[in-house]
Amino acid sequence: MDWSFIQKFTPMYVEAAVLTVTIGVIGILLAIALGLLCALVKYYKIPVARQIVAVYIELSRNTPLIVQLFFLYFGLPKAGILLSSEACGVIGLAFLGGSYMAESFLSGLKSVGKIQLESAESLGLRRGQVMRYIVIPQAASVSVPALAANVIFLLKETSVFSAVSLADLMYVAKDLIGMYYNTGEALTMLVAAYLVIILPISIVFSLLERRMRRAGN
Amino acid sequence: MTMTEQTEHIIEINHLVKRFGDNVILNDLTLNVSKGEVVVLIGPSGCGKSTLLRCLNGLEPIQGGSVTLHGEPVEHGKPSLYNVRQKIGMVFQSYDLFPHMTVLKNITLSPLKVQNRSKEEVTEKAMELLKRVGLEDKANSYPSELSGGQKQRVAIVRSLIMNPDIMLLDEITAALDPEMVHEVLNVVLGLADSGTTMMIVTHEMAFAEAVADRIIFLDGGVIVEEGAPAEFFHHPKTERAQRFLKTFTYSR
Repeated sequence: MDWSFIQKFTPMYVEAAVLTVTIGVIGILLAIALGLLCALVKYYKIPVARQIVAVYIELSRNTPLIVQLFFLYFGLPKAGILLSSEACGVIGLAFLGGSYMAESFLSGLKSVGKIQLESAESLGLRRGQVMRYIVIPQAASVSVPALAANVIFLLKETSVFSAVSLADLMYVAKDLIGMYYNTGEALTMLVAAYLVIILPISIVFSLLERRMRRAGN
Repeated sequence: MTMTEQTEHIIEINHLVKRFGDNVILNDLTLNVSKGEVVVLIGPSGCGKSTLLRCLNGLEPIQGGSVTLHGEPVEHGKPSLYNVRQKIGMVFQSYDLFPHMTVLKNITLSPLKVQNRSKEEVTEKAMELLKRVGLEDKANSYPSELSGGQKQRVAIVRSLIMNPDIMLLDEITAALDPEMVHEVLNVVLGLADSGTTMMIVTHEMAFAEAVADRIIFLDGGVIVEEGAPAEFFHHPKTERAQRFLKTFTYSR
């Protein structure tokens, strides 16, 4: 192991990691917002919007992220829409993640039985109040584990960003291998970088899940 | 005279028709419930008694006729339903407490959020009602820590605290063990004694006879027979009611 190589290029990895995390976080937040919106459309069976959401979900879930990115980065300019690599990364991640998040939210919403809704309605609660006080708190304990899995899945998916020349972790590693042939060091640092990002998130989520399971009953 | 009688009705059901597809559940049903009256609906399963209660609370759309509470229409899906529902307490067979809230929160949620009453007043009232049903020590427990009978008593309190004009009880003991049936039905008898207007669906015939001012026997979506409990249970007039009541007695 060439330690001086590792020492020399660590700052590059740190910079790339910051970029990966930044784009990942923005993309995931947008995916959560989009997912929640889609889940509510499906839950309340809103006409027209419901069909649009259904098409979007199939499109998003059944095409690879890299294809979606290529479409954004190489396809859209042909139609006169020019997006930066960063924008492509964020939009691509939100587009892919939105459908997965929607399914997680929906499974939570659907886990709250009809009779719970009817008892809440019978008490005179309005639709919004039923959602806020009865459905969401119960749905959360079902949704959070799936949501957590999605967050981790999406963070890992960011590794294809290099395909649209975004200088993320994968890009830096490939670059260094190409220039110096220090494959072992470059890949070890790559693995370490992803672990440093994702492991803490993973641990925080499992603690959260354990707490919610306790509070759930 | 007719005018005063009119105003005394809490609920008026006029020519109510309820269908699921081609299946007629309630067929041109007319019935009034007066203030302080306890009406017990009995009849074979599928006769439409639970559906009738659900229509009274606007949980089901109806296909004909009308339901009014103090003259205000109860209409499924209309915004006016929110106000009408506050005056109707409903308790279901499966209790349906909110599992993520303590007993006290279950009870106080609706008076706080729907009626905007003060927290002090609502908490005090909740404790008073819990005491009345013998559960004051369970205020901070979660529903999962309660027995079925205890849950059902909490569900009754949760409806009562809204000061409803009428309580609708839909087979509230059907899912309970026999000894729990007793504790829940005693609470209901207490409510009847204190003048609560109620409409009750039950299969507990001894209880029906004790609690009812009037028995309505439903079959095939129509009222087949109605009358005072003593008369209905001991001298049923219709052949259909006689046959139904026989299913509750055994001999060899």
